Amino acid sequence: MTIPNSIAITPELVAGHGLKPDEYQRILDLIGREPSFTELGIFSAMWNEHCSYKSSKKWLRTLPTKGPRVIQGPGENAGVVDIDDGDVVVFKMESHNHPSYIEPYQGAATGVGGILRDVFTMGARPIAAMNALRFGSPDHPKTKHLVSGVVAGVGGYGNSFGVPTVGGEVEFDARYNGNILVNAFAAGLAKSDAIFLSEAKGVGLPVVYLGAKTGRDGVGGATMASAEFDESIEEKRPTVQVGDPFTEKCLLEACLELMKTGAVIAIQDMGAAGLTCSAVEMGAKGDLGIELNLDQVPVREERMTAYEMMLSESQERMLMVLQPEKEEEAKAIFVKWGLDFAIVGKTTDDLRFRVLHQGEEVANLPIKDLGDQAPEYDRPWVASPARAPLPASQVAEPADYNAALLTLVGSPNQSSRRWVWEQYDTLIQGNSLQHPGGDAGVVRVEGHARKALAFSSDVTPRYVEADPYEGGKQAVAECWRNLVATGAEPLAATDNLNFGNPEKPEIMGQLVGAIKGIGEACLALDFPIVSGNVSLYNETNGVAILPTPTIAGVGLLPDWQKMAKIGSAGDGDCLIMIGQDGSHLGSSVYLRDVLDTVDGPAPEVDLAAERRNGEFVRSIIRSGQVTACHDISSGGLAITLAEMAMASRKGARISLKAQRGLPHALLFGEDQARYVIAVSSDLANFVQAGAESAGVPFRRLGTVEGDRLVVDDIIDLPVVTLDDASESWFPGFMA
Amino acid sequence: MKSAVVQLPGLNRDRDMIAALTLISGEAPITIWQTETSIPDDVDLIVIPGGFSYGDYLRCGAIAARMPVMQAIKDKAAKGVKVLGVCNGFQILVEAGMLPGVLMRNTTLRFVCKEVKLEVVNADTHFTRAYAQGQVIRCPVAHHDGNYFVDDETLAGMQDRNEIVFRYAEGTNPNGSLSDIAGVINREGNVLGMMPHPENLIEAAHGGRDGRGIFASALDVIAA
Repeated sequence: MTIPNSIAITPELVAGHGLKPDEYQRILDLIGREPSFTELGIFSAMWNEHCSYKSSKKWLRTLPTKGPRVIQGPGENAGVVDIDDGDVVVFKMESHNHPSYIEPYQGAATGVGGILRDVFTMGARPIAAMNALRFGSPDHPKTKHLVSGVVAGVGGYGNSFGVPTVGGEVEFDARYNGNILVNAFAAGLAKSDAIFLSEAKGVGLPVVYLGAKTGRDGVGGATMASAEFDESIEEKRPTVQVGDPFTEKCLLEACLELMKTGAVIAIQDMGAAGLTCSAVEMGAKGDLGIELNLDQVPVREERMTAYEMMLSESQERMLMVLQPEKEEEAKAIFVKWGLDFAIVGKTTDDLRFRVLHQGEEVANLPIKDLGDQAPEYDRPWVASPARAPLPASQVAEPADYNAALLTLVGSPNQSSRRWVWEQYDTLIQGNSLQHPGGDAGVVRVEGHARKALAFSSDVTPRYVEADPYEGGKQAVAECWRNLVATGAEPLAATDNLNFGNPEKPEIMGQLVGAIKGIGEACLALDFPIVSGNVSLYNETNGVAILPTPTIAGVGLLPDWQKMAKIGSAGDGDCLIMIGQDGSHLGSSVYLRDVLDTVDGPAPEVDLAAERRNGEFVRSIIRSGQVTACHDISSGGLAITLAEMAMASRKGARISLKAQRGLPHALLFGEDQARYVIAVSSDLANFVQAGAESAGVPFRRLGTVEGDRLVVDDIIDLPVVTLDDASESWFPGFMA
Repeated sequence: MKSAVVQLPGLNRDRDMIAALTLISGEAPITIWQTETSIPDDVDLIVIPGGFSYGDYLRCGAIAARMPVMQAIKDKAAKGVKVLGVCNGFQILVEAGMLPGVLMRNTTLRFVCKEVKLEVVNADTHFTRAYAQGQVIRCPVAHHDGNYFVDDETLAGMQDRNEIVFRYAEGTNPNGSLSDIAGVINREGNVLGMMPHPENLIEAAHGGRDGRGIFASALDVIAA
């Protein structure tokens, strides 16, 4: 029987597809007739925010994306960066926020699956993953359920696929009560002369469908992810995809085998908007038309309509343009791995996207207008109002510094994330050199005795809320700093911009401000953005999330034997702070978690100081002078010292007497561009002289000794007490 | 001493295992695919690595245990060839009936990846000769279903015959396994299954070498 494509197009149907009246008019003008039902679905899939970046494109273009090591910047499945010796690292971060809130396990799992596919589509074997997760307030009734499901989903997919999860973030804030964030990062290794792109080449060549069969799951997912939530959210569960990591692992091995045969002209994974988006992107990029015959598409459900097949977001699928003479060889590989291999169409020279189903042409659209010439907006925006300065003298000191430090160490946001990362396989592949819990994850580069890569993911949303521009700068700076703290040279980054509804000028202002800050910091630190993703409309009933532009960066270590770790200080080592004395308590966790207020501006990031201090720290790590290193970020010097003490299980005796300022500002101030390093006592003067001649501010803090953290006469806590506080919050919360 | 690593769809620590065997023996193992029905005569050690064979769908190791290659492995084991199953490999050996017991879901119901301590309960096997009896070693685990269980009668027999080779030590049992069992050997002494991953602790980059002894023993390179 024939399945109809003749559903009447009404204004309600158009609106239900997330298309605004002016966008629908644009469709009418473009094709000169009313679209068919399937065509409406295709436009909806391609022109939604998630796929088209229509609100953000104008601003994303301002980001620095080039550098001497950048081989492929934004626009492909992932960025590609040279790491010497003919090796490249391929990486990207992508959000799966909306689906993870609706169905946490599958939402998170398929988020991981999607980003892994982005990486291996390019010919790279995934070697590291990270996840930046943000949940609502711990006391919100849904939070535990969401944490449990998302963490299990991330682990369930990544562990089974076989990639080590080496880092990430987990934070809580009431502003994520209705919209959690799941930002998944993956990196892979490839050879610089064997990178695969999505740009189709050649007319009349077969378009091949690879991987798992198409079902009805995820139909309309990308459109769902481009809208706000309201009470009808439970009805959206069918728009969430279902992941199968086993098939993905087989697809990885099959694709890498396939790529070695020379059969692949172009390849693109099917992610958001599945078959539609992958076909249009390949054709539009290559200035070619694509014709698909849906009767050839492998399906796992009966009587699927063209509309459903075109919009399905079934996972573990790829589309490629095949070198025709390699067909048999290519097909044999997929048969061996138990996967589908079907020729479903061909490239054409007419720049049309044509879809055939059961003898009928169900879509015939101009491919460029669907793809790289989709609509673009210059949305109105207003800058966020600046917050008044908040000098430390106007911030109350804690009555008891021991209690304040324990509160912070054991708080929902500063406590140990062990409960989370012990559910992730951090060791698989046998190359993990630094596991979660330090500044950055570090992974050895296979095939090289000494070379390694460092990975970190960072953003401080409360700073971005207070000041989008400084917050954007800070996200980049902190990521860069975390890589430097291992001794790595930061190479490049990927950005995952999570914001509310861009149609509101104040939200658009946050996005614009953050991108400006990110751009400035990337430029100043030679840390280009090579890939990324934008997730907007993270709002429920009109309340937006904290603006959260996550930055994930990659750094290169030529010799991992010289890398620094957080917990490797030895007894008697001298602790030195690099950077200025703590002073800034605005937007700090001290204010939030000890005084229970939100106030004051974000700390300013002096990018010249950031770079100077970081380059100095890296140079002394690489020359073997540093026994341990940790950056200073949320919670200030006190948290950094506590974390170093807990990681090394060693105490320290610290004096702040030489520093200028109020003790709570010195201890909890969140000034930027700072690190604590440990050096053996006989090298301390030498290191300090080096800092002095490099123009880098420093303070001698004290000595690693005993089993207590002692700061003058204001803090005196056993390391085990700190550790108990830090380790007990998460298991207690999830119990 | 020639070794072979079994590769089944969904296994994912095969590369780790190949790297470990290569590093320790100086010779890369051969690989055996799921559909193979015979294993070369000169193979002295067959290793089934960890992962999620066939997605761990149905039950961990259940589908793998019924693949053609398992009959070939059983035939070899019957002739005295050494077989080592790690993690999913252990689950497969149990499902194939080559080792007693079952591996249930961890008592926490969560996947767990961490370092534990293992006591070498029996150092008089082909796989543990490099260790001292009662030695406690470090070793990572990474699994969702490592909760070993057998009935009392079988357990008593296994204990009598010294078939419990590794126990989690110092309170580090990560999965609730009976009697802290981490690894067991068959009656003939040539088939060992264990949940922990010694292949991930064999060189400086791993932060320790405690896992080497198992491969050094099985590959007969203890002197190295």
